[in-house]
Amino acid sequence: MSDATANGIADTAAGRKPRRDIGIKKRYAAERRFKAYGIIAIAIGLSFLVMLMWSIFSKGYTAFWQTEIRVPITFSEEVLGTAEQANESQTKLLMANYPQLARDGLVQLLGINPDDKKAVSAANGLISSGTRVALRDIVMNDLSVIGRTEDVWLYASSELDSALKGQYDLSVEESRRPISDLQLQYIQKLQQAGAIEQRFNWGLFTSGASSRAETAGVGVAIIGSLYMMGIVLVLALPIGVAASIYLEEFAPKNRFTDLIEVNINNLAAVPSIVFGLLGLAVFINWFGLPRSAALVGGLVLTLMTLPTIIIATRAALRAVPPSIRAAALGLGASKNQTVFHHVLPLAMPGILTGTIIGLAQALGETAPLLLIGMVAFVADYPSTPLDPSTALPVQIYMWANEAERAFVERTSGAIIILLGFLAIMNVSAILLRRRFERRW
Amino acid sequence: MRSEPLVPRNSFGESAPVSTFTIILIVIAIGLAGAVMAYRRSRALVGKDGVKMHSRPTYHASFVACWGIIPALLTLAVWLIVSPIVISTNVSASFPEGVLADSQLTEGLAYGIVESIGTGLQVLPGDERATITDATPVADVTALLRDRGIPTASAATDWMVPLAIQLNSMQIWSRWAMTLVVFVVAVAGAFWAYRQIAPRLRARNNVERIVNGALIAASSIAIMTTVGIVFSMLFETIDFFSRISPAEFFFGTSWEPRFSNVGSSGNAGSFGFIPLLAGTLYIGAVAMLIAVPIGLFAAIYMAEYADNRTRSIVKPLLEVLAGIPTIVYGFFALITVGPFLRDLSAEISGLATGNYVSFIEAQSVLTAGLVMAIMLIPFVSSLSDDIITSVPTSLRDGSLGLGATRSETIKRVILPAALPGIVSALLLTASRAIGETMIVVLAAGVAANLTLNPFEPMTTITVKIVAQLTGDLEFNTPQTLVAFALGMTLFVITLGLNVYALYIVRKYKEQYE
Repeated sequence: MSDATANGIADTAAGRKPRRDIGIKKRYAAERRFKAYGIIAIAIGLSFLVMLMWSIFSKGYTAFWQTEIRVPITFSEEVLGTAEQANESQTKLLMANYPQLARDGLVQLLGINPDDKKAVSAANGLISSGTRVALRDIVMNDLSVIGRTEDVWLYASSELDSALKGQYDLSVEESRRPISDLQLQYIQKLQQAGAIEQRFNWGLFTSGASSRAETAGVGVAIIGSLYMMGIVLVLALPIGVAASIYLEEFAPKNRFTDLIEVNINNLAAVPSIVFGLLGLAVFINWFGLPRSAALVGGLVLTLMTLPTIIIATRAALRAVPPSIRAAALGLGASKNQTVFHHVLPLAMPGILTGTIIGLAQALGETAPLLLIGMVAFVADYPSTPLDPSTALPVQIYMWANEAERAFVERTSGAIIILLGFLAIMNVSAILLRRRFERRW
Repeated sequence: MRSEPLVPRNSFGESAPVSTFTIILIVIAIGLAGAVMAYRRSRALVGKDGVKMHSRPTYHASFVACWGIIPALLTLAVWLIVSPIVISTNVSASFPEGVLADSQLTEGLAYGIVESIGTGLQVLPGDERATITDATPVADVTALLRDRGIPTASAATDWMVPLAIQLNSMQIWSRWAMTLVVFVVAVAGAFWAYRQIAPRLRARNNVERIVNGALIAASSIAIMTTVGIVFSMLFETIDFFSRISPAEFFFGTSWEPRFSNVGSSGNAGSFGFIPLLAGTLYIGAVAMLIAVPIGLFAAIYMAEYADNRTRSIVKPLLEVLAGIPTIVYGFFALITVGPFLRDLSAEISGLATGNYVSFIEAQSVLTAGLVMAIMLIPFVSSLSDDIITSVPTSLRDGSLGLGATRSETIKRVILPAALPGIVSALLLTASRAIGETMIVVLAAGVAANLTLNPFEPMTTITVKIVAQLTGDLEFNTPQTLVAFALGMTLFVITLGLNVYALYIVRKYKEQYE
């Protein structure tokens, strides 16, 4: 509209004597500049998003593949003892020198002289020292394997893994890189023999904490996070919904309800680390709950998520038109029946959306969990919420502090998994809203 | 002592013949059973002699369930809270005369040792425990416990053994008594309520009153959380200030807490708060300096210029930034932004002086501030967006109608009208910047520097809270208690910002209504 009037003025001005310069050009230039600032600001914001995502994904996607070497392993009775001995007592099997089996197999595969100590140790550096557990599991599951020779896919060491993924600069001097020229020769030999392969890394999803990158995974952390999400859901959803119903439907307007409202708004903005201090002082110090337990983490996250859920639920309740309430009350329903039989079901999609968003927020929260002792090296699955456990973001934090190159890849991989969970939750919240949202 | 074998003490802290969880389950089962019976009875009454029931059968059922479950669970809760206090006063009262005066133990410490011996005894197998009597010297007990891998305090003395045994038996007695009492209360409550069922019973009103009580209780949790935060931190903070003077804390310029021997407070190091506050404010200021213009301009563009399609794409994309966990930003700063700035500064100095030295450190105020700004952009933009769109259209139309360009309208009319809202949004953003933890933990550094150079690392309040409280900690040292003083300060600062922001919003709302 302003354009049209401006043009009109310009047209009539052209016919007569030139009008006084009122700075139209300047003003339009300022207008264009101002608009450009807005576009630039948005472009910067979006480019940050792209850089962040690109940085994480480009570093992390390789974590889903793990280099493995096919090694012919001779399960020799010399090392393991005979099957009969194993049937009697498993101690020998448990304590046996499995890495030696792997080393002998690789030495044989590469055709190295077993007496050449330097060559043997170079070859040994190619396989992960985590093979002990893998080989032991094979033998323990099937004793008949003792005495036979079988091809086994073993995890390669993180150095070999990183080298094959191109994470090391191999052109530099030998002493300045973690993998030697001799080892490079071996790798070529193995590649020619087809004994090296990049396979999908299931261990990343199932393993627990480990000091070796190739055997470290987020499985245990995911279980810890699931426990906490379960606790948050079981506690925060009913409490949050009940509180919102009271505040929205029943509460008289007085100082007490005013106080509650101010409180909730404030809690939503309290730094998350303060909730960690609360958890440490109250749940661990006063109630004597164990440190690094998923239960404590769940309780702390519940208190943190409550304001989010309450605010979302109240919005959902407010969106239900008053005519519904009037109709129910008019037909003789009590106030409670009106709320629980009519208003609440209609508000449910909105409540669930808010809950999912609150859960997503809780899933990504790290700081309060650090204070209640979840920075722990947990290698075993927690079987109850009272067992020591860790959480996905805390696992990421711990890996981020590891120096090894392979852990950078693992950390990014774990972040991708975390972002994947968050994306699923948020998308399902959006779909839920689209599918069930009613416009009155 | 009782002869039946004990279940080992579980992590909740009770020696449990029947665990608390089982008790709760059984109580709920009793309530539900009562509810089913009540439902049947109520259904049977309907239509008999043409009576009309006041409430529907489901309300009778809920009425009985409530009476069965709620009083029993309340009894359970009270017992669980009160019994440890009763037991501990009882045991402390039977400490032999004068033993505390002889040793350096306080009553609390001595009770702690007695308790730990008692706990240890419960873990022992029955036959070994049977050998321990009141007269057993403490050395034998500690030896037995050490075999099981349970350490005991070196200050344990002979008179503690009988007390530990007494403590254990009292605890077991209390458990059994509690189990019994709770079940009796549950059954009695359900039975009483069941007997009440009659056509005239106002079960619905009763149940609704209980439900309303529950709703109020749920909404008080918000208050209880705040009270919990304030008090838990207040006690520890007072404890801290009894060891380190507030003046030393608030005005000290050096932060060097030593992880030294417990108790010797003279050797605790210095706890100067100023470098942490300076770092927090500096990093927050850098972040705000970057985030506010970007966020504000993005919001203005989206609210005033963008068409609906652009808006519906750009707005959610920017909000993705708000949904990314802060640990991810921290990792991004640590792995990508920090090294990038370091290398960039080396290039720049190389081009300028020929000397390739990086003047920006990988962990620095700038790194942390920049990455934190990325996190804050969506907060600024979506909060401001909402506020700008809520400015009445009539103001906009009036200004445009007088011939002002869009940008003039925005600068002269809309922004002044939206100013209180925007200021409050910026205050909320600032409080988030001050309380942010994971980014600064990974990107800002741990050295408590007091510097004006944004290329050097500084540390923040939140970093130090994390640093003081991770790892093995003993609770009664200034080194851990200081974290609560820091947390309290942080809480007060952010609370002040939030309350002021809310105050401005409330005032602003009144202008247009």
